[in-house]
Amino acid sequence: MKNDSPTAALTTQISFKGLNFFYGKYHALKNINLDIYRTQVTAFIGPSGCGKSTLLRTINRMYDLYPEQRAEGELLFNSLNILGKGVDINHLRARIGMVFQKPTPFPMSIYDNIAFGVNLHERLTRADLDDRVEWALKKAALWDEVKGKLKQSGMSLSGGQQQRLCIARGIAVKPEVLLLDEPTSALDPISTMRIEELIGELKNEFTIVIVTHNMQQAARISDFTAYMYLGELIEFGVTDQIFIKPLKKQTEDYITGRFG
Amino acid sequence: MANIQKKNSSLGDFVFLNVTRLFAMLTLLILLGILASLVYGALPSIHKFGMAFLWSSEWNPPMEDFGAKVHIYGTVATSLIALIIAVPVSFGIALFLTELSPLWLRRPLGIAIELLAGIPSIVYGMWGLLVFAPVFGQYIQPFLTATLGRIPLIGALFQGAPIGIGILSAGVILSVMIIPFIASVMRDVFEVTPAILKESAYAVGATTWEVVWNVVLPYTKVGVIGGVMLGLGRALGETMAVTFVIGNSDQLDSASLYSAGNSIASALANEFTEAVSPMHTSALVELGLILFLITFTVLVFSKLLLMQLARGEGQRT
Repeated sequence: MKNDSPTAALTTQISFKGLNFFYGKYHALKNINLDIYRTQVTAFIGPSGCGKSTLLRTINRMYDLYPEQRAEGELLFNSLNILGKGVDINHLRARIGMVFQKPTPFPMSIYDNIAFGVNLHERLTRADLDDRVEWALKKAALWDEVKGKLKQSGMSLSGGQQQRLCIARGIAVKPEVLLLDEPTSALDPISTMRIEELIGELKNEFTIVIVTHNMQQAARISDFTAYMYLGELIEFGVTDQIFIKPLKKQTEDYITGRFG
Repeated sequence: MANIQKKNSSLGDFVFLNVTRLFAMLTLLILLGILASLVYGALPSIHKFGMAFLWSSEWNPPMEDFGAKVHIYGTVATSLIALIIAVPVSFGIALFLTELSPLWLRRPLGIAIELLAGIPSIVYGMWGLLVFAPVFGQYIQPFLTATLGRIPLIGALFQGAPIGIGILSAGVILSVMIIPFIASVMRDVFEVTPAILKESAYAVGATTWEVVWNVVLPYTKVGVIGGVMLGLGRALGETMAVTFVIGNSDQLDSASLYSAGNSIASALANEFTEAVSPMHTSALVELGLILFLITFTVLVFSKLLLMQLARGEGQRT
């Protein structure tokens, strides 16, 4: 059981302070205030279109790719406002890895898929790079399945393996945070289970933020849960409390399946 | 009771199947027919000159002595020059249009490129002869001689009198003509790259260049090579624009790209009306056959290249 002040021993890694987000004129996120704690799993849940993915994509400024999207307010990463000017986005993204709804192996070998990101930021010797690739694949629980075929195309793997390859690719750069955007929505139940187990192990070293439309998944794997609806953060708290004793009626209606 | 026996509708299927099959077969028949008639027309020339036709640089209609070396060289050299210029430029255009350009600029620029593709080749030829060649001879060729001309090995390509027209000018004009084709194909295939794949590359901290070079280009390589081959095919067969600026000389005295030359297509266009002797006609038909074979070879090479690339990216089981 969690004690009365579950966040007392935790340090904040990411902090949203009055964040607003716009797709052109559409106001997609409204005054979000939220803290994400180091080496904890935080889940964003809510019905489709509630803004949970949008919120996730502000953390590594993925929205920057699209000129009509913009964020206002403050988003502190290790106390630095990353929405401000003068932030090296490529460097930021090296410290905040991301995995997407569908597996997205690059059109290259398994080895190169992992080495790609590492080579962007570090100059490693061949031996060190080999070690890093092995380390990342082991962390992603994929090493035993692919160690004999690192030269094969990443696209030759099964869907679940591809997604673990993408996780390995994300952690190979040694980020502090891992963003997971519905990482199991395209996977079968067995592969989903393996990814969930993996998240449980990875949270010892990485801060994990996961968007999921699967409430059971959020309940199983997360330490903290944020429930969002129509661009607003309705409730945020320790996962057990959100699922057992939500403070808001709206949250209760959603998690008990009354709508959504 | 349900009737599961064949009904009249199967007649429709039968007709449809055979009509479509006929159309498909027709392409093959036309291809073979053209090839056969080219070979047949070239027979007298093939008999008389044999394989030496390919490397003899004689082209003497009064003496009925023919060789295709000058024309083959002109065709291949102009097309290569065109590709060397057009491929990087097209890549840059496609990259800008898909990744870097502000939204409001994308449509006008895209339309401009398509319009460039729509300019008739004769207009390119006239423009090349009357506007481009004089400027090229006066300013650009002396500059190239002073820069690239000093480099060992390739320096010899940039020597000689800067007269404006010649193989290099033809290659440059060709590059302008094929850029719209290659650029618009590249843009189209870059656009179909899934956003999520590009985002994945950005998400590990790649720059736009790194994303396009390492992820988008490998992902779209089949389309990109297809676009390049489309441009190359156009360059190899281009007639009017080349005729205007290549100089139409059947001699090849120096390695310089400034010198006048001739291409297969240009020679065919210029000489068919003048060819009185059957041997001259036959030699021209053989030129046509060679052009056909060059294009075919290019296609085969592009297929081999694609297979090679597929191997480089790792096995797919």
